[in-house]
Amino acid sequence: MTLELLEGSTAIARSAIAAGCRFFAGYPMSPFTGLLENMSQQMPAAGGVCLNAESEIEGVNMTLGAAAAGARAATGSCGQGIALMQEAIAEAALNETPFVVFNMARNQQDYFQSTRGGGWGDYRTITLAPKDVPEAVEHTQLLFHLADRYRAPVIFYGDPLLAQTRVGVSIEALDFGPLPPKDWVLDGTGGGTGRSRQIWTWAMGKATDPGPGPDGHWRAIADKFDAIDKVESRFEQAHVDDAETLVVAFGSAAKFVEYVVDELRADGHRIGWFRPVTLWPFPGEALAAATAGVRRVLVFELNAGQMLDDVRIHAADRSAVRFIGGVSIAESGLAYGELMDAPVIRDRILAAITGGARP
Amino acid sequence: MSVIDTSQPPSQPAKKVAEFSSPLLLGEHSLCPGCGEPVALRLLLEVLQELDIVQRTIGVVGHGCYGSFVRIMDVDVLQCLHGRAPSCATGIKRVRPDRAVFTMQGDGDMVNEGLQEVLHTAARGEKITCVLLNNGVFGDTGGQLTATTVLGQRTKTSLEGRDAEAHGHPIPVADLVAGLPGTAYVARGTVATAGSVAQTKRMLRRAFEAQLSGAGFSLVEILTMCPTGWFVPAPDGPGYLADSMEQAYPLGELTT
Repeated sequence: MTLELLEGSTAIARSAIAAGCRFFAGYPMSPFTGLLENMSQQMPAAGGVCLNAESEIEGVNMTLGAAAAGARAATGSCGQGIALMQEAIAEAALNETPFVVFNMARNQQDYFQSTRGGGWGDYRTITLAPKDVPEAVEHTQLLFHLADRYRAPVIFYGDPLLAQTRVGVSIEALDFGPLPPKDWVLDGTGGGTGRSRQIWTWAMGKATDPGPGPDGHWRAIADKFDAIDKVESRFEQAHVDDAETLVVAFGSAAKFVEYVVDELRADGHRIGWFRPVTLWPFPGEALAAATAGVRRVLVFELNAGQMLDDVRIHAADRSAVRFIGGVSIAESGLAYGELMDAPVIRDRILAAITGGARP
Repeated sequence: MSVIDTSQPPSQPAKKVAEFSSPLLLGEHSLCPGCGEPVALRLLLEVLQELDIVQRTIGVVGHGCYGSFVRIMDVDVLQCLHGRAPSCATGIKRVRPDRAVFTMQGDGDMVNEGLQEVLHTAARGEKITCVLLNNGVFGDTGGQLTATTVLGQRTKTSLEGRDAEAHGHPIPVADLVAGLPGTAYVARGTVATAGSVAQTKRMLRRAFEAQLSGAGFSLVEILTMCPTGWFVPAPDGPGYLADSMEQAYPLGELTT
């Protein structure tokens, strides 16, 4: 395995192409811009297409079209641009068009957007939140696999650290096992056969071959997401068995927490950490088990308390849950503020242990 | 010159042209009496057949009364979000450049909700064909003002008639598109008379030919009758269209 020193955006773009992504469309926005530039530069040599779309709305709908025609396709933006894409993400969830949405977010304030969705209808979006660039490379390919496996749009939750940090990584195609055949793809050959294909959120089918219609189709979609919820949650944890204090964090923040917890362990504290790797499905059962014996559950995230809701839902004792994160944005508005710093996190954890945590 | 043999009865009995049905139609349409959209659908399907591209065509259909056509057209179809058909068609065509890709959109879909999409798609010179069914009114929701409603037209949201001061001016989207360099072919036809039906079919054929030859973007705007949305008796639709919409939107090819 050869390691190359690559910026996150370059590594993610190359990983996507290694996974077979052949269509990408996006609209520049920092820190997503680097991924769009890399896709634009690398896609032609792979025989693919990258379009600098005129808006996020056009970008995501181009991606939906490319995916409907059978390509592995992706789009992306930051939270604000992803907000514009919500209509199409919901549509793709309901008409079962698979693609990957790279949210190279400016911070962690898009947790609700990723896990609750801003579109209409009963749907969810599988969301992976890697903690560093090597994991981002793996998650990129896993997301294309999960999208195809479940015929659904899926979300990569990144941030400025993942987009802009240079790390030694290895990019090669990863095998996540067999996938169902793409026998639903619109390839244009169905015309005049009486069995032409249709991708339609309402799934009413053809006059000669009626579909389930919205009632039956949307029930089936809801059942599908229930099934995904049961099997696709992923998490990581450490030092849980004897922990009195458990710190829950996701994405880059979890990497900082992991470092601080190791320090505090070395100082003799009985403390562990828990990281949801999938934000949806949230690893609720695993968190319930991890929090069963602890005295306090500390939630650290760079927002006003969004994952906090999921932790409260699933913690063994919700009265033990304390929030030690907060909104923290750099002056530019484009990156994390001073809270994303190991000494600050350490102080907040220690304050919580000694009883000074904010409720 | 061949002479028709009249010594025997013809092998097939005579049929009214009006009774012809495209083999690509899987059932009856469910639209109002006097609606022009089913005629436009028939022309589109006939052109696909005559160009022999039925088995390499993908359609993208927007939201309006014509949306119900996806149930009766035997063509691979993506029913997309309101206004976004040109963007979806772009994605399809870019990954399947050997396919014929068309959109079917109404004036509400293309000119209200999706004006940005169609203009940028034309400017990019995407090799697709957009078909605009323009009846100047939101038919599906019962007759409200659209961006193409002609001045003076009464709708449920302009009861005294469209007034430029109050409601703004209608947008001639085909003329806008015709002025963009990425555009290969733009024409405006109607289905109000037998002659215009034949002319509109030729326009559709040329639009698809422009796409298939790789010349660039093509658009055919078809003025269609909506007697229900215009609040006129069904038989009066064609005449009303000639007096109102045709005056605001002159017929003909807009690219040279």
